[in-house]
Amino acid sequence: MSVAIRLAGCGRTWPGGSIALHPLDLDIAAGETLVLLGPSGCGKTTLLRLIAGLEAPDAGGRVFFDGEDVTRLPIERRHVGMVFQSYALFPNMDVAGNIGYGLRVRGVARAAARRRVDEMLAMMRLDGLGGRRIEALSGGQRQRVALARAIAPRPRVLLLDEPLSALDARLREQLRQEIDALLRSLGITAVYVTHDQAEAMALGDRIAAMEKGRIAQIGTGRDLYHRPANDFVAGFVGDTNRLATPEGERLVRPEHLALRRSATGGFTVVQATFLGPVVRVLLRDAAGRELRADVPDEDVPAPGERVAVLFQGRSLETEAAASPA
Amino acid sequence: MRRGIGFWTGLGFTLLISAFLILPVLASVIAGVTANQFVGLSSGLTTRWLVEVWANYGGTVLLSLRIALATLAVTLLIGIPAAYVLARHAGVTARLVEEALVMPVAVPGIATALGLILAYGAVGDLRASWLFILAGHVVFCLPFMLRSVLAVLLALDLKGLEEAARACGASWPQRFLGVVLPNVSGGVLAGSLMVVTLSLGEFNMTLLLHTPFTRTLPVGLADAYTALRTEMASAYTLIFFVLIVPLLSAMQWAASRAERLGR
Ligand SMILES: Nc1ncnc2c1ncn2[C@@H]1O[C@H](COP(=O)(O)OP(=O)(O)OP(=O)(O)O)[C@@H](O)[C@H]1O
Ligand SMILES: [Mg+2]
Repeated sequence: MSVAIRLAGCGRTWPGGSIALHPLDLDIAAGETLVLLGPSGCGKTTLLRLIAGLEAPDAGGRVFFDGEDVTRLPIERRHVGMVFQSYALFPNMDVAGNIGYGLRVRGVARAAARRRVDEMLAMMRLDGLGGRRIEALSGGQRQRVALARAIAPRPRVLLLDEPLSALDARLREQLRQEIDALLRSLGITAVYVTHDQAEAMALGDRIAAMEKGRIAQIGTGRDLYHRPANDFVAGFVGDTNRLATPEGERLVRPEHLALRRSATGGFTVVQATFLGPVVRVLLRDAAGRELRADVPDEDVPAPGERVAVLFQGRSLETEAAASPA
Repeated sequence: MRRGIGFWTGLGFTLLISAFLILPVLASVIAGVTANQFVGLSSGLTTRWLVEVWANYGGTVLLSLRIALATLAVTLLIGIPAAYVLARHAGVTARLVEEALVMPVAVPGIATALGLILAYGAVGDLRASWLFILAGHVVFCLPFMLRSVLAVLLALDLKGLEEAARACGASWPQRFLGVVLPNVSGGVLAGSLMVVTLSLGEFNMTLLLHTPFTRTLPVGLADAYTALRTEMASAYTLIFFVLIVPLLSAMQWAASRAERLGR
């Protein structure tokens, strides 16, 4: 039972007068996972808290769940599940106590609550940890408990604020996949905040790229990557080069450039760094302008060699020799 | 593990200080059951003084207990909510209120007592009632309860925990009773220990506030020391110890137990 979310003219100004969020409209389809992506301080958390009901929009802003105006409804009555960046697990309760809290305060019968908690423990692969104290859990386990606590009462909407940022890279990857599978199997409307573009691409049906309190672009990962609305989005979802072509200035991703050894080429290789999947080559032209190209690890030109640069990106239909801007 | 000279010096020093502090206590206890303090222990042991003290001053013991428990109840009822409100508000006003509430600790007890008498001494029968002393003790003890609960609250991620509870659907009473209170139980117990101890032993202020009908244990003790034989006063002290040591031990035990359960 998921709901569609609609924000109409929702802005947020702090008492001091600083604006965290410029008034914005946003539609999230039922069952959709929307990722809010952006750098620190751009207003992701503020927007999430507006949807949650932890923060009220400035006058004039409206929040709707399935057409029902919930603007004045506090979070405890919106029936949302929320996972906090700090987890905010209750230290006075054990794992089962935390997971069952939302059921207990809503007056779910003891036996039913118990069954649901066991179900959540199994789903989150926390079997046998029900009686564990919170401080005796690893970071990944805490994260799972926080997630289980949020979804145990079967919320209408699931809100996650950088749920993986406190974990190391490997665990983050693993839990990201688990969350992805979970969101799909639950079919719940979810809003997921992150500043990690790889996480955003992997999880979001759509991504809202945020910049300084505004949504700069909203669309699928492919949209944002291949057709960024502006330089900010282009730069945030991946590396870019700025090139002048006969058709005008273009932004080109490093992996859309290819190199050919040529004594008359316009570029000199400055540095070649092996990154695993690709080799990142730093190039410089006579005027000192730089380009970055990601090429396969096969016969890579060495620093000092002269090369010509070719486009082979999908942003251009034809291959064309590049001349630097 | 080998222990260096530092350890042994430290241990020796600690034992020396302990002996220095415990000696007067032991002296009092022994004097309280000695037949004739002037002659010494060779005069024999007796319970005569204890019986006599209880006959003359038993009431002060009971009144002190009653006041201590009532002070505890009132400081709990005011101190916990006040600490909660202060912890939730980060502003300058909250810090000023906090300072104001802690002020009475710095003001001499006599001055506070005088203030109370001037302000409320003429109100009805209040001056003759034990409630007048209770008011004084509450003013004196409240900061200790407040501070100790506030310290624990500020160490918690109170805002985060409350928001998490709200997200789970908890109303204010539900999250206050189910999440906030259990997580500050350590501070509440430490504060309670402090309040009971301070109230039972409070002398400065109570000396001014009391009437012949509302004499507390420490006031009675001072009276015994000045007016009666040393043996009587010492027996009185002994009764005080018999009363307070088990009480404080029980509270300490409860505190450490709650701490363990709370984790
Ligand atoms: N309670 C507050 N009072 C005043 N300003 C605030 C408050 N909370 C946040 N801000 C400011 O509002 C802006 C947006 O904050 P927000 O927490 O939404 O950013 P964010 O995108 O979540 O950043 P991060 O990735 O660092 O969590 C920031 O400039 C922040 O300093
Ligand atoms: Mg944030």
